[in-house]
Amino acid sequence: MLLIHCPYCGARPEIEFRYGGEAHIARPSDPSALSDGQWTEFLFLRSNRKGVHAERWRHTHGCGRFFNALRDTVTDKFVTSYKIGDPRPVPDEERR
Amino acid sequence: MSNLFRMPSGGRVDRTRPLSFSFDGRVLTGFAGDTLASALIANGVHLVARSFKYHRPRGILSAGSEEPNALVHIDRGGGRSTPNLRATQIELYEGLCATSQNRWPSLTFDLGATADRLAPLFPAGFYYKTFMGPRLLGARTWTRLVEPVIRRSAGIGRAPIARDPDRYANRFAHCDVLVVGAGPAGLAAALAATEAGGCVLICDEQAEFGGSLLCEQHALVEGKNAQEWLADALAALRAHANVTLLPRTQAFGYFADNFLALAQSVTDHLPTPCDPALPRERLWQVRAKEVVLATGAIERPLVFANNDRPGIMLANAARSYVTRYGARPGTRAVVITAHDSAYAAANELNRAGVEIVLIADMRPNPAEEVVSEARRNGIRAEPGTTVLDTAGRLRVSDVTLGRVADDGRSDANEHLDVDLVLMSGGWTPSVHLFSQSRGTLKLVSSLGAYVPDRSVQRERSAGACRGIFALSQVMEDGYCAGAQAAEAAGFRRAREIRNVSIPSQTADPGVVVAPPIAGKAFVDFQNDVTVQDLALATREGFRSIEHVKRYTTTGMGTDQGKTSNVNALSIVSEQLGKTIADVGLTTFRMPYTPVTFGALAGMSRATLFDPVRTTPTHEWAAEHGAAFENVGLWKRAHYFPRESEDMHAALARECRTVRASVGIFDASTLGKIEIVGSDAAQFLDRMYVNAWSTLAPGRCRYGIMLNEAGFVFDDGVVGRLAPDRFHVTTTTGGAARVLAFMEDYLQTEWPDLDVWLTSVTDQWAVIAVQGPRAREVIAPFLSGIALDALPHMGVQQGSICGVECRLFRVSFTGELGFEINVPADYGGAVWEELIPAIEQLGGCAYGTQTMHVLRAEKGYLIVGQDTDGTVTVADLGLDWTVGKAKRDFVGKRSLALPDLARAGRRQLVGLLTADATTQLEEGAQITEGPNPPAGTPALGYVTSSYRSEALRRPIALGLVTDGRRQIGNRLFVAMPEGGAAVDLVAPVFFDPAGERLRA
Repeated sequence: MLLIHCPYCGARPEIEFRYGGEAHIARPSDPSALSDGQWTEFLFLRSNRKGVHAERWRHTHGCGRFFNALRDTVTDKFVTSYKIGDPRPVPDEERR
Repeated sequence: MSNLFRMPSGGRVDRTRPLSFSFDGRVLTGFAGDTLASALIANGVHLVARSFKYHRPRGILSAGSEEPNALVHIDRGGGRSTPNLRATQIELYEGLCATSQNRWPSLTFDLGATADRLAPLFPAGFYYKTFMGPRLLGARTWTRLVEPVIRRSAGIGRAPIARDPDRYANRFAHCDVLVVGAGPAGLAAALAATEAGGCVLICDEQAEFGGSLLCEQHALVEGKNAQEWLADALAALRAHANVTLLPRTQAFGYFADNFLALAQSVTDHLPTPCDPALPRERLWQVRAKEVVLATGAIERPLVFANNDRPGIMLANAARSYVTRYGARPGTRAVVITAHDSAYAAANELNRAGVEIVLIADMRPNPAEEVVSEARRNGIRAEPGTTVLDTAGRLRVSDVTLGRVADDGRSDANEHLDVDLVLMSGGWTPSVHLFSQSRGTLKLVSSLGAYVPDRSVQRERSAGACRGIFALSQVMEDGYCAGAQAAEAAGFRRAREIRNVSIPSQTADPGVVVAPPIAGKAFVDFQNDVTVQDLALATREGFRSIEHVKRYTTTGMGTDQGKTSNVNALSIVSEQLGKTIADVGLTTFRMPYTPVTFGALAGMSRATLFDPVRTTPTHEWAAEHGAAFENVGLWKRAHYFPRESEDMHAALARECRTVRASVGIFDASTLGKIEIVGSDAAQFLDRMYVNAWSTLAPGRCRYGIMLNEAGFVFDDGVVGRLAPDRFHVTTTTGGAARVLAFMEDYLQTEWPDLDVWLTSVTDQWAVIAVQGPRAREVIAPFLSGIALDALPHMGVQQGSICGVECRLFRVSFTGELGFEINVPADYGGAVWEELIPAIEQLGGCAYGTQTMHVLRAEKGYLIVGQDTDGTVTVADLGLDWTVGKAKRDFVGKRSLALPDLARAGRRQLVGLLTADATTQLEEGAQITEGPNPPAGTPALGYVTSSYRSEALRRPIALGLVTDGRRQIGNRLFVAMPEGGAAVDLVAPVFFDPAGERLRA
């Protein structure tokens, strides 16, 4: 069972959390200004990345807070987690 | 006559504690410290099982958990019955009752053994070929007659049918260092980690700690006799407060982030009845900072013709029976080996009085020292000699040997009469847990096996499981691993760390297959897979080792190929002309050895399987004969039958009563969320289709929530208590989902809003009083509420029966109605105060089924029943709820997408069967004609269907393509009896003008 680091509570077992899909996809401030294509892209298209993936998690059975995490989808290892609103950190893997 | 094969002294059994047990009804004796296998061997019993497919006589191959053959059924009485237990792991206790499996009428005379002679009919892939082949006999004959016979004659144990009477416990643990395996490497690791100050947990599958040391009579460890060293080491560990020792505990699974699952057997080794306070097994879920794997190695069998007869066993298993249990596995033995370690076994058996007729070493040039030592002990040893065949019906009696010629062929040149054949094909490190941890393996050709390569998790392997076999090196490796683990877990370095490397000079394991093979040469004993089967599979085109495994079943079963996998790999690689490394490995999966469902389920069964949620009136309802239904985790009163009433009579009475006078209903399961803050109205405006900013305090509104894709997600009445405070209700099943949905938007999209969300589902009991006389019922109990001034869809706060309340005038029945919210702890008391007043007016309590009938008569939908996640507000005819002036809300943009805005979508309509008597099946498909040909697309389906008491006929709701335009048309519903004609009507059957609501 994975240990997930909640930025507010610390490391907790994965059963306390709920996955929330890809992170950093902001809801458009004026959806009516978008074409059908742009809107459906916002709704349905995700990067489905192989490698380090920024994603949303919620500490459902803990503090209840949403946060973001970087997880490698190949190894299933968490790189880091950070608060909602913070910029996506650049992990060492991507610096090289 | 008993224990004829027991040596007069030696071993770790307690000769002062004889135990009597039975095998297939025969009463025998053994000693405390015996396993069932060692006690049987001491009694000269080798035939213990019949094989899976061919029903061949089988004996005891090994002395540990890798045993493929000696599977028995243990009956402990009182419904405690377990099949397929390994006799080599069953600890003997007084009264143990074991029986053999997969034989009829008896183990010595088994009619199923005809399968052995019919073997050509059962080739590799038999099941695939047979069960998917042409059904010449016809499908019915096949499934009723032939298939059950095949299924019954193949297989091993019979699963118990009775309810498991035992209890199973569950424990979570954390430690600095978890050591798996308490052999020499594991004990050394635990000692080193403990010295460093770490909290250590060490487990071993056996009853006694010590692993291979338990079989070492003469070896010296650190200047002490092995047995003495073991006793001292265990005393040292036990003396430490920071060490937990778990014998009889199998680490069976290695999961992410150093999370391991351990199954501890607590009572199975005790005579029955045992202390009822004890669980049978305990599941440990351990999170370890660091792990040391000291899981040892398993000796490999050799593959030769008829290598499966009782009396043919692994060389070092025979050695354990002699040294650990003081039991001789035979009197005259031949040793066949491709590895040095069989020589030590031969010498030990020789000392114990077993005549070693010959050591046949398949290697042409084995190490000089081992051969000459055997010869000094008076044992004949012949390099370059192989075994060609064996004979003996229920026990091996004869072996045929031959010289290995330079071309690899050999001719029979010697027959030996023996009652024991010992074989050794080398050792396979047990890398199962390491592999489960995602670590990568590497092939070491000098071992002919895989060892750990790169770790992925915080673990290290020590000793034989990483290919280090010499006892002194194993100890050093263990100390080193323990010290490193403790240091990695944050403790000081306790001792010098000297890395031990795998010796490269280990003798070549040589050929595992003895050429040429005439009879069946078994690779996988448990699944009766032969060399010939593997060859057939590769001839038929299987290339991937994973496919060969599934096609031939090699490596499957309760032993998961612990003794067979490496041999199968080398045979398949030879067949395919590839190297072993190129063929690859099958995946190691948990569990390492079988785990009971009981251990996995723990306390989570029967009433503890899931939490049960009850409402504040649950006890009253139970006392008054309510039938309950499960709604999610809730128990809800379904209906309240009186005296002789059946469900239909009770429903009819409840429905009539509500419409005629008044009914009372517990709606406490409604999801409730209190939304407060200066931006609460704005937040609701964004979350719901409706306009909330315009809702006056003291009023409520029916709200609909969409998901961002534009489909109906939930609904419920929302009351505004104050400018900054809303009382929101959700569907019963949607409560948690809706709160999470709101939190998501609030936390991640609009964190600037001043809004606070609190689930109050369990804080408020909801008592619905519905019916034309509802006002009369509640008026006398209220204070601080102007009931006459409370309009339909109004809310006021005051008190009822002296208890704080939020009184909503809302209706889910179509009648004048109130929903009284009181603090949950007072819900039962207020309900019981109201009941006499209800009864005085001829009213009654009603359940969820009546609620459904009444709401359907009014066409009130239930999200999730009348919607399916693809339904829009327009499809439901509820466009009027949408706040048109709002710039944005969740899902609004999607409503303009072409597919959601198009004509011809499915819409909610009413359905009335033309015969006025047929009640439609919910979920039944709606079509244009009565008997549509196969492939006709449905126009829609029935979502709700009830018998209406008010209309005195069945009614239904359904989603139908272009439904509102089709009102007045006749369509058909596919029913079991054929197409039922239905007329489409508006989805409101009763009081369409809604006059009763406003009464």
